[in-house]
Amino acid sequence: MRSVALRLGQGACVLVGISMLVFAVFFATPGADPTARIAGRGASPQILARIRHDYGFDRALPVQYIRMMDKLFVARDLTSFVDHGERVVPEVFAAAPVTLSLVGGAAIIWVGLSVLIGVVCALWPNGIVDRVLMGLSVLLLSIPVFWLGEVVNLVTQSRYHDTMLFSWVPPLGYVPFLQSPSGWFRSLLLPWLVLSSSFAGLYARVLRAELMAASGEDYMRTARAKGLSPLRIMLNHGLRMSWLGFVSLFGLDVAQLIGGGALLTEVVFALPGVGHLTYRALTDLDLPLIMATVLYSAAFVVIANALVDLVYLALDPRLRTGTRHG
Amino acid sequence: MAEPILQVRDLCVRLSGRLILDHVSFDVLRGRTLGVVGESGSGKSVTASALMGLVPIASGSVKFGSREVAGLSERAWRALRGRQIAMVFQDPMSAFLPVRSVGAQIDEQIRAHERLSRTDARARTVQLLQRMEVPDAAQMARRYPHQLSGGLRQRAMIAMALSCRPDLLIADEPTTALDVTVQAQILALLREVSQRDAGVMLITHDMGVVAQSCADVVVMYAGVIVERGSVETILQAPLHPYTQALMAATPEIDGPRPARLATIPGQPPSPASRPQGCVFQPRCGYAHEACGRRPPLRSHAGRDVACVLYEGAA
Amino acid sequence: MKPVLDARDVSVRYHLRGRRVLQAVDGVSLSVMPGEALALVGESGCGKSTLGRCLVRLQRPSSGAIAIDGIDIARMSERALRPYRRRMQMVFQDSQAALNPRRTVAASLAAPLLAQGVSRAEAAARVAKLLELVGLPEEAGSRFPHAFSGGQRQRINIARALALDPALVVADEPVAALDVSVQAQIINLFSDLRARLGLAMLFISHDLAVVRQLSDRMAVMYLGSVVEEGPTEALLRMPRHPYTAALMAAVPTRDGAAPAVLAGDVPSPLDPPSGCRFHTRCPFVRERCRSERPALVADVDGRTTACHFPIQS
Repeated sequence: MRSVALRLGQGACVLVGISMLVFAVFFATPGADPTARIAGRGASPQILARIRHDYGFDRALPVQYIRMMDKLFVARDLTSFVDHGERVVPEVFAAAPVTLSLVGGAAIIWVGLSVLIGVVCALWPNGIVDRVLMGLSVLLLSIPVFWLGEVVNLVTQSRYHDTMLFSWVPPLGYVPFLQSPSGWFRSLLLPWLVLSSSFAGLYARVLRAELMAASGEDYMRTARAKGLSPLRIMLNHGLRMSWLGFVSLFGLDVAQLIGGGALLTEVVFALPGVGHLTYRALTDLDLPLIMATVLYSAAFVVIANALVDLVYLALDPRLRTGTRHG
Repeated sequence: MAEPILQVRDLCVRLSGRLILDHVSFDVLRGRTLGVVGESGSGKSVTASALMGLVPIASGSVKFGSREVAGLSERAWRALRGRQIAMVFQDPMSAFLPVRSVGAQIDEQIRAHERLSRTDARARTVQLLQRMEVPDAAQMARRYPHQLSGGLRQRAMIAMALSCRPDLLIADEPTTALDVTVQAQILALLREVSQRDAGVMLITHDMGVVAQSCADVVVMYAGVIVERGSVETILQAPLHPYTQALMAATPEIDGPRPARLATIPGQPPSPASRPQGCVFQPRCGYAHEACGRRPPLRSHAGRDVACVLYEGAA
Repeated sequence: MKPVLDARDVSVRYHLRGRRVLQAVDGVSLSVMPGEALALVGESGCGKSTLGRCLVRLQRPSSGAIAIDGIDIARMSERALRPYRRRMQMVFQDSQAALNPRRTVAASLAAPLLAQGVSRAEAAARVAKLLELVGLPEEAGSRFPHAFSGGQRQRINIARALALDPALVVADEPVAALDVSVQAQIINLFSDLRARLGLAMLFISHDLAVVRQLSDRMAVMYLGSVVEEGPTEALLRMPRHPYTAALMAAVPTRDGAAPAVLAGDVPSPLDPPSGCRFHTRCPFVRERCRSERPALVADVDGRTTACHFPIQS
């Protein structure tokens, strides 16, 4: 119980620190003064002064910071500096499901694929299948997502769109699940595959290495001596131990993607997700939106870290304290 | 004469081109424990792996009951392993998977070989643990390996090995990682197993353990059997110079204390540099020209010994 | 004669989560005279290795005094300790881990000498002498640790420990990882070195037969404290503490007699039994043992025993 409280406290500190950093960096950036932007081109000094006063830009920075945090977390009515009156909190919450759908689906694909490849390779190490699959995974790992995405679009959207193979592909964009589950699935299938490709390659290699390392362990010899089949040994014994390294990698990658790291995929497939939003906020130098997206993303990383620790506890009983015998 | 459970004849094992086991022959008899003694590199653990089908047999015959098992397919070996031949390892901490409960790992072996429901398998697991004198067996089955003491872990390991009622139990240095008082408990348990359950082949480096637990003994050196016979005969009057030297080099807690221990000069040979003739010749105090030829195991004074000193005198 | 090592009431406590305290070493006192070999004996978890590490100050004891040549080093800072480090050396069980794999043997042996300001030529001569002392050929110095077998590596470790002329060498299971024939060589080497150099030694071992060969006196530890101490031969011939007797009875001997089996496991040091720590497993336990902890009592014959009802001869 104490450790849970400690974790929450740590997470809160991280979020506060990040928000301060974002705030400070924004006001230190030359030409970032939001007044002119809000006022529009050729505004008179009087208007500028009024805006400055209305938005509180004439106050001390710590006061502005507190006010912004209050608007963001308590009142939840923080508005964009660029799109007049656009509230940022609902904007982030509208983008979140898109990103969650994208990353969730991709994660399922890359975990499934990498476990399959990793296990098959570890079952017949250094055989022809192993070599081919490991070569393929290097290829997947090294193809840039944006290039792969553009090529996929080129093929499925224009060149061969009207062939039997790709006529099901909807135009670029996102279809909410509640509006049409099948449309949702069709709009996301290609982005899923593209986003998961490099992760599948990386994870397959990591898993194979872990499984190969485990195969020399005593408990694997015991498993063989029990008369279990190679697949059983690999799944029940090898994978059970190798999960540990896999999980920490997975937790951080997913958190990072959900927090906006899937930007390239979102842009290429015109998905209005959090990455897209962050990208827009940064190009517009729109502090409220930057603040909202960055904090949203940081929160996910903090949460994911905590989840990884919990999963670790579930997977490895040795970490649970209080039961060790002398 | 008790019937043999296992008959090994001229077993050779080659690993990465090197002969590791060189024409090894012995029997394990029902109700009698066979001790296999040797130092590291003697080939005693490779023998165990070969009998489990975990390393390929280059030549020779391994008869299990009346069935020849040398040359079986991997699939056929799998049906044999854990079911008819089972193994107990040196370090029960690393030999169990640390992330699953001990009971689950025993259940797994039972269910791999027999069509039993989860509950039935667990019932048998608990029963086995009770027989191994594990207190609170049902509770202990739910524990993870690190939560048990070294002695309990090894008891659980033996329970797992016996779970499919094997005919032969191979114990590879089962007490080396344990404290002496716990070692005594485990050896007592193994004695009981050999009388009631299965033939036991006990691999060890400790002559004291052999004296306590075995009826027959095989002394190995550099992949070759140098002396073979009943424990009483060999421990009372070892004939092979290696057996003699090994026993003289072991300190004891009673009897006269020598000012210096007898030692064997040099190091055991590696498989790459094994001598052409008698394997012990380079370190032997009795070596002479005749040792350039490998002596076969010959019957002499109630045991078999591979040494030219006893040839012709039979 | 003054003892080389004199430890008084040494305790090591670890504070764990949830305010639990693990008492690894519990008020141990012992001393080693010049030229004497003392053995610390006990099963895993009895605190013998922790105590050994304290005695050479690889670890700081929670309380107690440790005098080397009459100077208390128990609470000294690392800095103040530096001049005394060379007086006590340690030899470990794992001969591989104790040597730098990327340095030649000669370089490893010379390093502590050079650090003490010995000239290169002098250090080289000393290394040659050390190698000779532990029975290795001189050309061994130019090779790397991996080129040696376990027994030879242990010889190198012993040479390293002897490089600075220590007053005391603490050896933690120095032969436990070696094969029987090699073990005998190293045991003999220790005997020879003691005879030649008049070294004071402390052996930590679980193996009574090895201890008998190596030591003049032995101290038997159980759950952090010494239960019996005295001349090795006398203890082994006639143990007075039931635990010493049980430990001896458990050693398999060649006569093949089945040993008396001591039931159960060593209790957790996190939750040690009340009264005499051994009462939960003692075959002679009586009511008093459960409540009252026996003190170490010295007998006229130089033996001490911590038992209310010692075994009578």
